[in-house]
Parts: sequence; C-alpha cells; structure tokens
Amino acid sequence: MPISRKDIQHIANLARLALSPEEEERFENQLSSILEYVSQLQEVDTVQGEYQYQVEGLKNSMDQDEVRVCDEDTRQGILAAFPERAGDLLKVKGVFHE
Amino acid sequence: MSNTLSALSIREFREGLIKKEFSCKDVIDATYDRIHAIENDVHAFLTLTEESARAHANEVDKKIAHGADLAPLEGVPVALKDNMMTKGIRTTAGSKILDAYTAVYDAGVVQRLKKQGSILVGKTNLDEFAMGSSTENSAYGPTKNPHDLSRVPGGSSGGSAAAVASDECIFALGSDTGGSIRLPASLCGIVGLKPTYGSVSRHGLIAMASSLDQIGPMTRCVEDASMVFDAIKGPDPFDSSSACAQTKPVTPYLNASIKGLRIGVPEEYFIDGMDADVEREVRTAISHLKSLGATVIPINLPLSQYALSVYYVLQPAEVSANISRFDGIRYGYRTKDAKDLAEVYTHSRGGGLGQEVRRRIMLGTYVLAAGYYDAYYKKAQEVRSSVRRDFYNAFRLCDCIVSPASPVLPFLLGEKSADPLTMYLVDIFTVSANIAGIPGLVVPCGFVERQGHALPVGMQFLGRHFDEQTILRVGHQYEKSTEWHKRKPAISSVNT
Repeated sequence: MPISRKDIQHIANLARLALSPEEEERFENQLSSILEYVSQLQEVDTVQGEYQYQVEGLKNSMDQDEVRVCDEDTRQGILAAFPERAGDLLKVKGVFHE
Repeated sequence: MSNTLSALSIREFREGLIKKEFSCKDVIDATYDRIHAIENDVHAFLTLTEESARAHANEVDKKIAHGADLAPLEGVPVALKDNMMTKGIRTTAGSKILDAYTAVYDAGVVQRLKKQGSILVGKTNLDEFAMGSSTENSAYGPTKNPHDLSRVPGGSSGGSAAAVASDECIFALGSDTGGSIRLPASLCGIVGLKPTYGSVSRHGLIAMASSLDQIGPMTRCVEDASMVFDAIKGPDPFDSSSACAQTKPVTPYLNASIKGLRIGVPEEYFIDGMDADVEREVRTAISHLKSLGATVIPINLPLSQYALSVYYVLQPAEVSANISRFDGIRYGYRTKDAKDLAEVYTHSRGGGLGQEVRRRIMLGTYVLAAGYYDAYYKKAQEVRSSVRRDFYNAFRLCDCIVSPASPVLPFLLGEKSADPLTMYLVDIFTVSANIAGIPGLVVPCGFVERQGHALPVGMQFLGRHFDEQTILRVGHQYEKSTEWHKRKPAISSVNT
C-alpha cells in the first residue's frame, strides 16, 4: 500500500519530528517500499488475537510499590543533565500562552 | 610482547596474573598501546577511560601482591557498547542527541562487571541507538573492519566487534535486537552470544525495542563468552522481564562431548542470493560437526521467510515509543531556536536524531496509528507467536540448530547505505532468534578471499529457551577442533 505525502506529514506531526521537504519525499518512497515488503505477513494463516506480549512466558512481574530515595550524587547528576535550569528546577518553555 | 598481552584469553590472563608472569598494569599498558596504534584506522571507540583504567590496574596488582583472591573476571580489560549506562562516564548511544550526556547510574551488567573487578577500557561505537547493520549510522563516523579497512564491521555492535578482533580489549559487551551482536561477530571473525531474552538484565541499556533487546558477550573464544555470560546473567529487580530460570554456571559443561547430539539444519536458511562462498564454508563446517559425532538432521522452519517482516513491524513500533523520551526536555540536546514548546520537541528531535532513527520512528508511528494497527502490528504479533511455535516444534526433533550467521561477507563501506531495505536483509538469519526469544551463538567457521583480503565467515547455533549451555558446548567443541578463531585480522600486523 503506497503511502501519501499527507500521511507522511500526519505521522511526522504525531511523532513530533521536523522534516524537510526533501526528507518527506525520501520517506514517502522508502516507507512505501518497506511497507510493501512487510505486507507479505498477510499471507500467513494465524488465529486472530492469538499472541502474547512476552516471549519467555513471564506473567505479572510485580515490584513493591515503595518510594526509594535517590542519593545526592545521583540527584546532582540528574540536575546537571538538564538542558536549562533555574536553580534546581528544570526550565522549559511555557505550555500556555496568553 | 606488548602486542600479545592484550590478545590473551580470559583464562590465560588469569593464569598469567596469578603466576606473576605479568602484572595487570602490563596488560592495561599493552591494551592502550594497541588502541593508540590502530584507533585512527579502526575507530572502534567513542570514549576511552584510560586514567581510571590505569588506576584500577594498580589496585588489582596491589591485591595480588597481598595474596588476595581474585574474582573470575578481575582485572580483565573490557570494552562496552556505548548504549550501556556507565555512571560518571559519557554515554552517547552513537547519537548527537546524547553528545554531552553523562550517565547518572550504572547498567545492571556494569554493576555486575564492577563487582567482578573488570577494568573498563572505553565505550565502543555503534549505529545510532543500535539501529543498523554496519555501524555506518553512528553520528560519530563508521568503525572499519580490522580484516579489511575498506569494509564494514557489521552492526550495530561494530565497535565492540572490531575492538575484540583487533586486540584492543580482552572482551566486550554488545546488545542484540535483531542480530547486532551476532552479525558483527560474524563479519569480524569473533565469537558473539545473544542470550535468551530475559537471561541478562536490560536495566540501563538504552532501549531500542524492549521485547527484543538483549545484552551479551563478544569474545575471541567460546570459553570466554561462556565465562562472561556466567558473570552477567541472572535476575535483576530493576528489569521486570529478567528471569530466574537460569542461575547455574554453564562454563563447567563446555567440555562434555557432543556425540549423539542432534543438530538440525533448516534448509530455509540457505536462501537464493546468498553468497556462494559463505554457503560452502558453512556447509563444510556442518560436515565437520558430523565428524565430531553429532547427528545432523534436516529440519523445517517454514515461517523463516516471514521473520524479517515481523521484525520490521514490531521493532520500529517499539522504537517509536522508546525514542519518544528524547524530546529535549530533561536531558540531551535541546534546540536553541524554538518559538514555543511544540517546536522544542520537533526541532530538538529533528536536529538531534539521525536519518535511520527518524525513518524507524516514522515507520513505527505509522504501524501503530489508528486504522493500520490491526493490519500491521497485531498481525505481526500473531505471526511472531507462529514463528516461536515453529522453533518449539523443531526443538522436539533436535537439540540445537545450525545455520549461516549472515548471507553476505563483510561489505564495502557505503555499499548498502543508499537503500534501507537492502541493509535490513543482512539480518535475515539472525532476527528469528529475537522474535522467538531463543539464544544464538556465532563462531568463526572459515575465511574467503576478496580483493586480496581474507574475510571471515560465521556460523550460528540456535538453542532452546535458557539452554545456552548446549550451544556453547557445541561451539566450544567445534572451536577446539579447528583453527579459525586463531586467525588474526590484517590490522594485527601494525606494530605497536
């Protein structure tokens, strides 16, 4: 199934990716040929809905719901990784505009 | 002398250290001499940790001087693929978006190696976020194959494979989502093990496709792979998919005979269009297994031809979810010229992520989008279950499976980068193991001459879930009776 330029722009928006016009064109072609290749899956007889998400059969792997403290060293490392900060706060552009 | 010390096996290293034939410092010196002599040509590393490695070696030597016991991997120089978190050390995943990122914690495998006292030599090059089969997708330039510098080392763990092949470390860790340990192992003439999904913790492995990713050893002999596997496997409370199924060491079983062992050969793995010389070398190796007493039987894996399609639906789907965390907000690259929050996302991702990563995000977002989900994602999940059943049925007839590791020899840099689908096809023999979650081991099984260079060929053994023991044993027995793993790449003739 060929993929249209409009599809590409829609997906890029969903994935929050800025694409150049050349990239849109390239992806239109490349994604179409990859999707054509994988469409061979339709030939395989399968039972609808018969699958598991986990290959080794583990079920309900749970962890205690408890707060673990983060040591100071790690906290400083996380703060240092912020692209922009104000003191110990992460600085981002405003979500709402006037 | 210095050349040979970084080329030791783990066992040789340990014995020499205990007998005081050399010090740990000698080995680390030799390792960095080697790295500095050839890195300009090979480019296996993105970051070197020379200072801490030398300090660590001195501590090991002090320990020996005091007569203290050494852990099995103590003092062994290791290289880690740069998608594993190493506290306080730059961790890039081969991406510009993490160019200036320093990890704030150690991955589960790194914690285990530290506990053993292994010495980190550096972080190795990879295709960006492990997406690729040649290491050409690294934002920091490709790694070269030590057997012929005009060719790719395979990918995505190409840096780890090249470092091991050219004696820049004693062992390395790689990660394998669709063949990223086994393909470069094959193309660089070394041993690579992708363990059963769930045997080794993925905590702190920068996620590509979480239902497929698995960390494993890359080494110069099967015994080393087995020893490293024993050191890193086991459950981890920080990885809910890690399993308790396997805690017994496998190394003690390597020397058991393979007489009477049933080895299945799937004819579906000898496809039209594969390199004829590769096929010949692998078939010769299979005959050799017979001469070791194994029973070789033909088997069928009828769904093999669909495994790559399953992979190229599920893997990008998981990629699109995993890579969404790289949005320029909490860490990594953030664009300077965004006029609002939406542009921070789109421009940071647009500017920080490379072509292949973007392509897979697009593909994954598409197959998960409303209207396509059933036709692509759900269908692929159903076929995935059938592929798994295929193996289940085959393992009733045989104890392990043997196949080629790659349909091609190491290819030229740039040869396959124009068309993504051509590059994807290189993984055709390796993806099934990830789809089914079973273990796969690659060992060198021959060499083929191309334009004056001897290029390695690898053979793959596939085993039942959590039965690494059998494939390691077959690999070890094969290796013991052949000389392929002793062949050094062309780069080895460079003087240190």
